[in-house]
Amino acid sequence: MSFSNLTRRGLIQTGAVAGAGLALPTYLRADGHSGYTNAPTGDTVTLGFNVPQSGPYADEGADELRAYELAVEHLNGGGDGGMMGTFSSKALSGSGILGKKVAYVTGDTQTKPDAARASAKSMIEKDGAVMITGGSSSGVAVAVQSLCQEAGIIFMAGLTHSNDTTGKDKKANGFRHFFNSYMSGAALAPILGENYGKDRKAYHLTADYNWGYTTEEAVRTSTEALGWETVAAVKTPLAQTDFKDYVAPVLQSGADILVLNHYGGNMVNSLTSAVQFGLREAQANGKNFEIIVPLYSRLMAKGAGENVKGIFGSTNWHWSLTDEGSKAFVKSFGTKYGFPPSQAAHTCYVQTLLYADAAERAGSFNPCAIAEALEGFEFDGLGNGKTLYRAEDHQCFKDVLVVKGKENPDNEFDLLEIVEVTPAAQVTYDASIFGGELGTCNPGA
Amino acid sequence: MFGLNAKDTRLFFIVIALVAFAPFLMNPFPTDSAMAQFNAGYPDLMQRFVIFGIFAIGFNILFGLTGYLSFGHAAFLGAGSYAAVWMLKLLTINVIPAIMISVIVAGVFALLIGFISLRRSGIYFSILTLAFAQMAFALAASVLTPITGGETGLQTALSDPRILDGARDAGGNIPAPGLWGMEMRDSAEWVVSGWQFTFNVGYYLAGLCMILAFYLSIRIFRSPFGMMLRAVKSNQQRMNYTGLNTRPYTLAAFVISGMYAGLAGGLMAAMDPLAGAERMQWTASGEVVLMTILGGAGTLIGPVLGAGFIKYFENIFSKINDNVLHQWFAFMPDGIEDFLVTIVHPFVGKGWHLTLGLMFMAVVIFLPGGLVEGGQRIARLFGRKKKAADKETDASKTPAE
Amino acid sequence: MEAIVLQILSGLDGGSAYALIALGLTLIFGTLGVVNFAHGALFMIGAFCTVTLQRLLSYSHTVIDESQKDFLGNPLKVQVPYIQDWFGEAAANTIIDWSVPLAILFAIPVMLIIGIVMERGLIKHFYKRPHADQILVTFGLAIVLQEIIKAYYGANPIPAPAPDVFKGSFDFGVLLGFDANRIIYPYWRLVYFAFAALLITGVFVFLQFTTFGMVVRAGMADRETVGLLGIDIDKRFTIMFGLAACVAGLAGVMYTPINSPNYHMGMDFLVISFVVVVVGGMGSLPGAVLAGFVLGILQSFASMREVIEFLPGINQIVIYLAAIVILLTRPRGLMGRRGVMEE
Repeated sequence: MSFSNLTRRGLIQTGAVAGAGLALPTYLRADGHSGYTNAPTGDTVTLGFNVPQSGPYADEGADELRAYELAVEHLNGGGDGGMMGTFSSKALSGSGILGKKVAYVTGDTQTKPDAARASAKSMIEKDGAVMITGGSSSGVAVAVQSLCQEAGIIFMAGLTHSNDTTGKDKKANGFRHFFNSYMSGAALAPILGENYGKDRKAYHLTADYNWGYTTEEAVRTSTEALGWETVAAVKTPLAQTDFKDYVAPVLQSGADILVLNHYGGNMVNSLTSAVQFGLREAQANGKNFEIIVPLYSRLMAKGAGENVKGIFGSTNWHWSLTDEGSKAFVKSFGTKYGFPPSQAAHTCYVQTLLYADAAERAGSFNPCAIAEALEGFEFDGLGNGKTLYRAEDHQCFKDVLVVKGKENPDNEFDLLEIVEVTPAAQVTYDASIFGGELGTCNPGA
Repeated sequence: MFGLNAKDTRLFFIVIALVAFAPFLMNPFPTDSAMAQFNAGYPDLMQRFVIFGIFAIGFNILFGLTGYLSFGHAAFLGAGSYAAVWMLKLLTINVIPAIMISVIVAGVFALLIGFISLRRSGIYFSILTLAFAQMAFALAASVLTPITGGETGLQTALSDPRILDGARDAGGNIPAPGLWGMEMRDSAEWVVSGWQFTFNVGYYLAGLCMILAFYLSIRIFRSPFGMMLRAVKSNQQRMNYTGLNTRPYTLAAFVISGMYAGLAGGLMAAMDPLAGAERMQWTASGEVVLMTILGGAGTLIGPVLGAGFIKYFENIFSKINDNVLHQWFAFMPDGIEDFLVTIVHPFVGKGWHLTLGLMFMAVVIFLPGGLVEGGQRIARLFGRKKKAADKETDASKTPAE
Repeated sequence: MEAIVLQILSGLDGGSAYALIALGLTLIFGTLGVVNFAHGALFMIGAFCTVTLQRLLSYSHTVIDESQKDFLGNPLKVQVPYIQDWFGEAAANTIIDWSVPLAILFAIPVMLIIGIVMERGLIKHFYKRPHADQILVTFGLAIVLQEIIKAYYGANPIPAPAPDVFKGSFDFGVLLGFDANRIIYPYWRLVYFAFAALLITGVFVFLQFTTFGMVVRAGMADRETVGLLGIDIDKRFTIMFGLAACVAGLAGVMYTPINSPNYHMGMDFLVISFVVVVVGGMGSLPGAVLAGFVLGILQSFASMREVIEFLPGINQIVIYLAAIVILLTRPRGLMGRRGVMEE
């Protein structure tokens, strides 16, 4: 046997010659003729749910996993069907996807790109997953997305808010339902202008990594367009736990607004520090000092306790929305688990339904067919109003919620109140502004 | 044979056999059986086993022989990864230049850091190496983002130059790292009545590297140089009093060990073209320390076992969810099934860290010499008939002081 | 000028947390010679003593209130704390409000017991084992403790606010003779600083002026001789370990209003506390405290906007950079003793 021309396709031929069942490449595992990675052969189709189960985002990951389990239950015809009943596309019937029962495997991303890729690879190589979804950080999303592109698998991003995911790092096999930094900035700015006036001096504290950079830029650009002045923007280490050194000088800087471009644990700690230093009650330049948190997470806001009261931010979705889709989802999630779902849970649930629906409409699990079905797909009834999966960058465009920490919560989940639903048109941007290239869809084999 | 004594030759052949037949050994359970969850014979994990094995073998050359506990070894692995990915981006998608450059870059880093850190010994040395690695990590994750890709990591892209073979493959996608037409992710598969074995190109390349690395490590352990390093460990002061300057020897060991880490980093990037900053974090440095101690510091094979042990838990136990548990115990009556799932639940899936922590404690409490001692005890249990003296001189498994 | 004073204040505040953790660590690590990777976990458990007490105090029974609805539209279940039934609403609210300071009383016995059990059950057997084995076993223990807390309390931070009277901030600058509104500092952080100073002084007085302390100090210097004198040094070391656990735990209890506690907060502090101890010098308690404050102040100045603009990234590395410079110029750290963990 000559190894001189051992290419992947070469290998198939060699294998065929050698016979004896030897040498079918992994990426052609189940069905050599289907032409794509991990084509399901039996009566089940396997999805990979890759969420943080250890590390600071473990609770958010646990909520994502709950949503996935709920989605699988609904797809397989169990429970009350949740948002399948309100979804504008009626391709899903509750009999699995394309007649195959939905099975799933889970893994731990640890919120580290390396670990997330290891976990995703094991799902692809060992478990034969045909789609990977989940995650709670943009670093992980970008890393897993490019892995899926290489392997020929569809990636349905979980919670990832950086512009990069569908901007400079976009991939043909990757899709994001969650909103991004740009949209947060665009949605927040008008509300901030209305409430705090056009003559403001902002001080930014920014987590020193990719998501922080894009968020700071988005909020800066949109507020400066309002007429605000940016006094300073200071980068804070991602691993920082106590933000006193960064918060202490804010009052002396002449600023009257503090923007915290922090997420998760960073946000809880920096906001707590800011409130401790009396910034919420302070006066500066003859105005009330104000704090802004561009991206809110209700799960994490809970950690900040009373400190979130009255503070503006944006969110992808909130359980108190009253459209039919949201109500159906909250009801079925709340009945099963006893508490309302988070925005991470919502986006993960929706992504799973969207994938299943696309497969049904395409009539195949081939990633290229699914990508085609998702590109330019318009839908409604999944909690965010009319939504478009834009073909150029695989980003969803939908209404964005501007929220505020609630002053008098009715219960422990009632932390945020919706101030405004910013229409999709107002947050839409040109697909080319962030650079990057989708490339071509890769079916694997 | 190969300049090794009989014992070492035997051990060397065992390692070669283990590497060569890992696809069988790691997949002992049929694919459809409930136990298939414990199969580790898929390319990514097998690659990780041998790559972290290389990392730990290298670490052991420094720690096991000289007793210098570096707490910043991950910096070299990270530097090697970045260098390799840059090579894949700029020059060619062929992995050979990438792996070579990663070893060289890590060696240079190790020379610089080692030269400074080795001015101190004991805990002061450990903290110096830790400080360098933490600085490298912090800078790579933030201000060096243009070079390192920041927190997201450095990846190959369609916009790369790749001077020798172009930015994209025939399909218009980013080419996958390969070796003259063979891609690292290519695999051949053999299905035998329910069992399924995967033979992966990347794994065998990494495995070959590990065999070479292991061979070199045996030679170092048995050489006069290795003897000198052990002398440093047992009493550096006495060495200095005899008028011998030990620092060149320890520095050489440090650099060699850093180059091993670089090789591991280069291979990681070759298998999967992404280098993230968290590879340099103290937790990663701590992990290789744990691997080495867990397996048995100062033994030849111990660090490899330790590496496999930790990676196995990380990748296999974290994937066992309640659904899987219910499948396992489905044959039991409902009440007992639920009870068993409740009992096992905290230790698997998201609780995999707990099991790992308990295993660390159990091993160090009951097997003071690490996993190698466990192996020795088992061997002793079954091999009583052999001469006792035979075991005492079993150089391959006795800790090298 | 005000900016400098503010950063020094902030540095002292941060330094007091470093100093407290390093003090406990150096009692175990610098004097008993055990590399204790579980020390961060002890700090974390202290913080969770507060959370536990808070939960115990607000332990409730459920009353169904038909007039209100929960998020699914069912009648709202209102939680009424038992202590409210016992003491009335006003008193109960005050007690719950003061749960952080009260947790000190709760944490002292808990941490002492944890420390003593840990030493008797585990660490005792590792005094003569190599440092490598100590690292492995204490790291394993740290993971186990962390995971247990995570299993009960989840991974998200849990707020544990300071009593109302200490919330917010006040004008510290006026006290120092600066203009009003220039130096504003939170009450609780100053409380933390005072608490740290008190605790550190307490430990020093205890070791310096009691017979017990004298014996322990003698035992650190030469364990064998003290043993030969017929003194049961093992028992004293056990108590020392309990004391160190207590110091770490109390540092954690009082830290909760500053940062909401989460299960991995110990790991976040672990590396930095080792750096502090070693920079202070092995075997030196004053060294550890001094290093804690020095590094805290350096960190604070390196985080100033003006400095970061001049040297990007300096705030990320300043502690490590300082550690390298100090260890290269002073071979045994700031105040280290010769021969402690040098080989």
